[in-house]
Amino acid sequence: MSPSAEPFLEVRNLKTHFPVEKGFLFKRRLGDVKAVDGVSFSLRQGETLGLVGESGCGKSTLGRTILQLVRPTAGAVILEGRLLTALRGASLREARSAFQMVFQDPYASLNPRMTVSDALAEAMQAHAKVPRRELPGRIGALLEKVGLSPQARRKYPHEFSGGQRQRIAIARALAVAPKLLVADEPVSALDVSIQAQIINLLARLSREMGLTLLFISHDLSVVKHIADRIAVMYLGRIVEIGPAAAVIEQPLHPYTKALISAIPIPDPRREASRARILLPGDPPSPLHPPGGCPFHPRCLHAIERCAQVVPALEPFGQSGRQASCIRMREINPA
Amino acid sequence: MPLLTVENLSAAFHTRNGVVRAVQDVSFQLERGETLGIVGESGSGKSVTCYAILGLVPQPPGRIEAGRALFGGVDLLACSHRQLNRIRGRRISMIFQDAMTSLNPFLRIGEQLIEPLMIHEKIARSAATDRALVMLDEAGISEAEHRLKMYPHEFSGGMRQRVMIAMALITKPDLLIADEPTTALDVTVQAQILELIRKMQNELGMAVILVSHDLGIVSGFCNRVLVMYAGRVMESARTDDLFYHTKHPYTRGLRNSIPALQMKGAELHTIPGQPPDPHHPLPGCPFAPRCAHAVEYCAREEIVMLEAAPQHGTACLRVQKENLSI
Repeated sequence: MSPSAEPFLEVRNLKTHFPVEKGFLFKRRLGDVKAVDGVSFSLRQGETLGLVGESGCGKSTLGRTILQLVRPTAGAVILEGRLLTALRGASLREARSAFQMVFQDPYASLNPRMTVSDALAEAMQAHAKVPRRELPGRIGALLEKVGLSPQARRKYPHEFSGGQRQRIAIARALAVAPKLLVADEPVSALDVSIQAQIINLLARLSREMGLTLLFISHDLSVVKHIADRIAVMYLGRIVEIGPAAAVIEQPLHPYTKALISAIPIPDPRREASRARILLPGDPPSPLHPPGGCPFHPRCLHAIERCAQVVPALEPFGQSGRQASCIRMREINPA
Repeated sequence: MPLLTVENLSAAFHTRNGVVRAVQDVSFQLERGETLGIVGESGSGKSVTCYAILGLVPQPPGRIEAGRALFGGVDLLACSHRQLNRIRGRRISMIFQDAMTSLNPFLRIGEQLIEPLMIHEKIARSAATDRALVMLDEAGISEAEHRLKMYPHEFSGGMRQRVMIAMALITKPDLLIADEPTTALDVTVQAQILELIRKMQNELGMAVILVSHDLGIVSGFCNRVLVMYAGRVMESARTDDLFYHTKHPYTRGLRNSIPALQMKGAELHTIPGQPPDPHHPLPGCPFAPRCAHAVEYCAREEIVMLEAAPQHGTACLRVQKENLSI
């Protein structure tokens, strides 16, 4: 294990740009979609970071870039002192056993022709030489860990409901005993009563196995429940990061404030009494981001300078909070 | 007289794998200007209820097995196609979750906006276009004149939903049925769209049925709520009563599993188990296998909606028999 002074996962100025081309034979490059545009943060071992933002903000691309499913345009990803962004071929494949991903759609991420036991065995053997006779025992233990009955092993994905399928997907990710798990909207496709079951499962697993978890979601109320820290993304950048309770209760960035005020609360009296910040317009296209602060065209606090200066993440207070807003200190009296 | 009275509506789908009773014995009333929320998880029958009212359940495989839906003295479930066509799109409009699939991708927005006017009010094209311009403006779409010439794909998700709302409301209906109108949208855009529906409701004085899986949206938006599970109404009450004097364990469980109310650390409250298989309905209360309060007779006796307090109905047998507090 790395010394505790060193972060478990470090992301440094990560950029993922996708070229946008027009034409078939004579391609013209129209520009870049800067899906991730200069993101830096670090995670301690066992920590859960909730990554939130609206569609198109680059949160999924960031998750995939960290796991090297998409290669970055620039920047570095360091996992336990190892520079993942420099790994290629066999060494990257070997490193992958340390990090796994759970996707939003459990229907699409499982092979319909493989039984649960086959899918788990394949994952186990892909990264480690597990003796054949040990497989049934390990699969049984894994199923129990994610709350599925032993009978599940002989069934196919279509025989399960959405929530159970997500449990299988989680079991498969855990089959290689990873240290880092990236969960991309793992509960968004599920019903409310099932969502809670999966959130509890992920929270318990990260606690019991010391998993470091990057939990990506558009839903702040879900993230609030599972994350130690929360990072809010807007147009490819982190606009605010800090301890979960602090970010939810006293958001610093105007975008975070609006996002939190827009979450409906299932309590009629509180709903009736609270003030909602209604943002004008839609999130801008990442192909043509506005100059200056990417949020300024929708921001209620924007001044002229906001259109000129690209704000950097700056610390606020003592608790490790950061936000990128040049008016942060004016609009948030300490 | 209520604007809409639905009595004992039952709808089923006859599939190869057997009969799915999607909606069973649903009754409710809606007054003019009122907002009713229908809440439930996927497969609870909330959308089918609305489709049935508008004659949008495909038959076959669907079948309306029983019930009446009285709207202005006409039974929508029994009237002729012509009668229904005079009501739909004029006095009752509907918007859907996915605006892209309800807009015609080949037609300019302008054409689609004025279509209901030309059909239902038989006014001249130029007059209809003027109304469309006003309506787009009301729906918060700037540069309306320019936008009329655009195609659906040129709009963002939130903008498309605004166009849908403009289209649904251009005939000034008495009732708007909104089926998960914001589920596909981001939260900041969702807030805009709900605000727009509320504003239009105040201006036109129409009634709204909001179908949603999200109790949070319903709590801030609706006067009254129906909670559905496995095709049946479990609880029906004024919004405040539903939240503060809950009379069904399912409603309580649904509300408690929402993370918004719970802080980190504590285990999130869950409803154990899975929703029932619609092909194999169990006798008794459909929620009994997952219910913490279930006793022996819950799995045996048929459930019916009964009033447990003024204007507060519940289908929970234990609340009805023993006045159990949930």
